[in-house]
Amino acid sequence: MARLLEVSDLSIHFGGVKAVQNVSFGIDAGIVYSVIGPNGAGKTTLFNLITGVYKPTAGEIRLDGEAIHGRSPNELARRGMARTFQNLQICMNMSAIENVMVGAHLRLDRNLVKAALRFPGLKRRDRELRDEAAQLMDFVGLGQYVEARADSMPYGALKRLEIARALAMKPRLIFLDEPAAGLNPKETIEVDHLVRKVADSGVTVVLVEHDMKMVMNLSDRILVLDYGKKLAEGTGEEVRRNPDVIAAYLGAHA
Amino acid sequence: MKSTTIGILVVAAILVVLPFVAPNAYYLDLTVRMAINAIIVLGLNLLIGFAGQISLGHAGFLGIGAYASAVLPTHFGWHPLVAMGAGAAATAVLAGLVARPIFKLKGHYLAMATLGLGIIINIALRNEAQWTGGPDGMPVPAMGLFGFELSTDRQWYWVVAALLVISVWASLNLIDSPFGRALRALHGSEVASQVVGVDVVRYKVAIFVMSAVFASLMGSVTAHYIGFVSPNFADFFHSIELVTMVVVGGMASVFGSLVGAVLLTALPQALATFEGWETVVFGAILMGFMIFLPKGIVPTLAAKFGKGD
Ligand SMILES: Nc1ncnc2c1ncn2[C@@H]1O[C@H](COP(=O)(O)OP(=O)(O)OP(=O)(O)O)[C@@H](O)[C@H]1O
Ligand SMILES: [Mg+2]
Repeated sequence: MARLLEVSDLSIHFGGVKAVQNVSFGIDAGIVYSVIGPNGAGKTTLFNLITGVYKPTAGEIRLDGEAIHGRSPNELARRGMARTFQNLQICMNMSAIENVMVGAHLRLDRNLVKAALRFPGLKRRDRELRDEAAQLMDFVGLGQYVEARADSMPYGALKRLEIARALAMKPRLIFLDEPAAGLNPKETIEVDHLVRKVADSGVTVVLVEHDMKMVMNLSDRILVLDYGKKLAEGTGEEVRRNPDVIAAYLGAHA
Repeated sequence: MKSTTIGILVVAAILVVLPFVAPNAYYLDLTVRMAINAIIVLGLNLLIGFAGQISLGHAGFLGIGAYASAVLPTHFGWHPLVAMGAGAAATAVLAGLVARPIFKLKGHYLAMATLGLGIIINIALRNEAQWTGGPDGMPVPAMGLFGFELSTDRQWYWVVAALLVISVWASLNLIDSPFGRALRALHGSEVASQVVGVDVVRYKVAIFVMSAVFASLMGSVTAHYIGFVSPNFADFFHSIELVTMVVVGGMASVFGSLVGAVLLTALPQALATFEGWETVVFGAILMGFMIFLPKGIVPTLAAKFGKGD
C-alpha cells in the first residue's frame, strides 16, 4: 500500500505547554487510522497541525511525499484533506443543506461578478449541487433535515452534518475528531457504520475517538498519545497488549 | 414564485408608483435620497451582516466618489461618467490596499482601522482646499448621460430607482451563490470555512472592496444630484448613520437594508426641530436596537410571520 501521509518528529509548544512532542507515524492510503489517548493528550492538536490550523514548532508533515507543514488550511483543502471538529463548527447562520454545499466550495465557479449578474449556467450548477448535497445528507442519515435550518437541529445530527460537509469536498483523506462524542449508544453504532461506509468508499479515515469499542472495531492501525508523546503504534491487538498503553491508558479505563 | 422574486417585484412596483403619489417635490427629493442610501446600505450589509465584518469608515469612500465627481470635471474637464469611474477605481485601489493588513487583524482592531481610514479621508478633503474648497465644499457640474443632461429631480428619481432595483437583484444573486455562501460561512465559522478551502482574507477583502465601490459610486451620484459636495459627506457621523441603517433594518437582510435606509433617511427630517441633537438620537437608536432588537426589523418580522428572506 502507498504511504499517503508521513509525519516526522512533529512538535508544537504553546508557551510552556508541549502539546505535541516529537511524534512520528505514517498512514497508508485506504486504511482507517485511529489516534487515541487520555484527555489533553494532544489528539486535537495533532489534527490541527496536520490540517494547517496550527503551524508546528518543529518537524515535518508530508502528503504523497511533498512537505505540507506550514501551509494554510485552505491550501490543504485543495490537496484533498477534510476534517470535522470536536467542538462543532457549524455555520448556524445558514441552512443545513447550505452547510453541506459550502463543502463543495473548491469545485465551483466562485466569481463574484458572474454570481451577482447571474451568469447563465451558474444557477443550474447550483441546483445540481443542491441535489448532490441532499444525497450526501441522505448518506449520513440526515435525509429528514434536507430542508432544515442548522440552528434547529439536535446535537447528534449536527455531528453528522459536519461529516456530510467534509464529504462534499470529495476528499482523499478525512479527519474525524470524536464523531461519537456526546451521542447515545444507538447513535454511536450508527456513526460507527457511517465511518465504515466512508472508508469503504475509498476515503482514508483518521479517527480520534474515546469509544474503545468503535476504535477497535474500525481501525486498521492505532496511534496512542500520552502527554503529547507517542506511546505506542500498531494494530488494535498490538496496542491492546502493549504494557505502556495498559498502564497509561486502557488500564485506567477498562 | 420564490419569496425573493416577489420581494423584488414589490420593491419595483412601489418605486414605479411613488412619484405619482408623492404629494410634492419635497417628498420626491426625500425618496431619491432614501434610494441612494439604500444602495449604499445594501453593499455595507453584505460586509457587516453577511460576512460579519465591520466598517466605521464607509463615508470616507463615499467622499472619494463624491469629490472625484466634483474635482475632476471642474479642474480637469473630465466627463462626469469618467470621473465617477475614476473615483470608483481609486476607491477600489485604496480599499484593496488597506484591506489586506486590516483583515489580518480581528475584532475591535478592524473597527478602529476603518474608523481611522474614514477620518483620514475626511481630513484630507478638508485640508486640500485649493482642489476641494476645504471645509466649505464646492459645486459639482451637471451629469450628462448620452447627450442629455440629468437635471430635474424626476429624471434623477428614475435613474436611482433603476439602480436600486438592479442592486437588490444583484445582492440577492450574490448571496445565493458559491461566493455568497463562502462569505456567510466565514461569518458562521471561520475555521470551518478555511478547512473546506475558503481563503478567508481574500473573501473579506473582496467584499470590503465591493461595498466600498458601491459607496463611492453612490457618493458620485449624490454629488451630481445635489450639485454640491462638502466634507460632511465623508464625516464620521455619516459612517455611523450608514451602520445604524444596517442594524435597524436587519443584519444579513437585503430587504432589511431598504427598510433601514428608508426609516433613517426620513428620521432627520422628522427631527429637524431637534437641530444639533440628531447625532445623539442616532446613537440612542443604534444602542436601543443592539439591546432590544439585535436582529433588526425585517428579520424579526420574518421570524414572527414564518418566512421571508
Ligand atoms: N491553542 C492552544 N493554546 C494553548 N494550549 C493549547 C492550545 N491547543 C491545545 N492546547 C493544549 O494542548 C494540550 C492538548 O490538547 P488537545 O486538545 O490536543 O487534547 P486532546 O487529546 O484532543 O484531548 P480531548 O480528548 O480532551 O479532546 C492541552 O494541554 C491543551 O490545553
Ligand atoms: Mg480533542
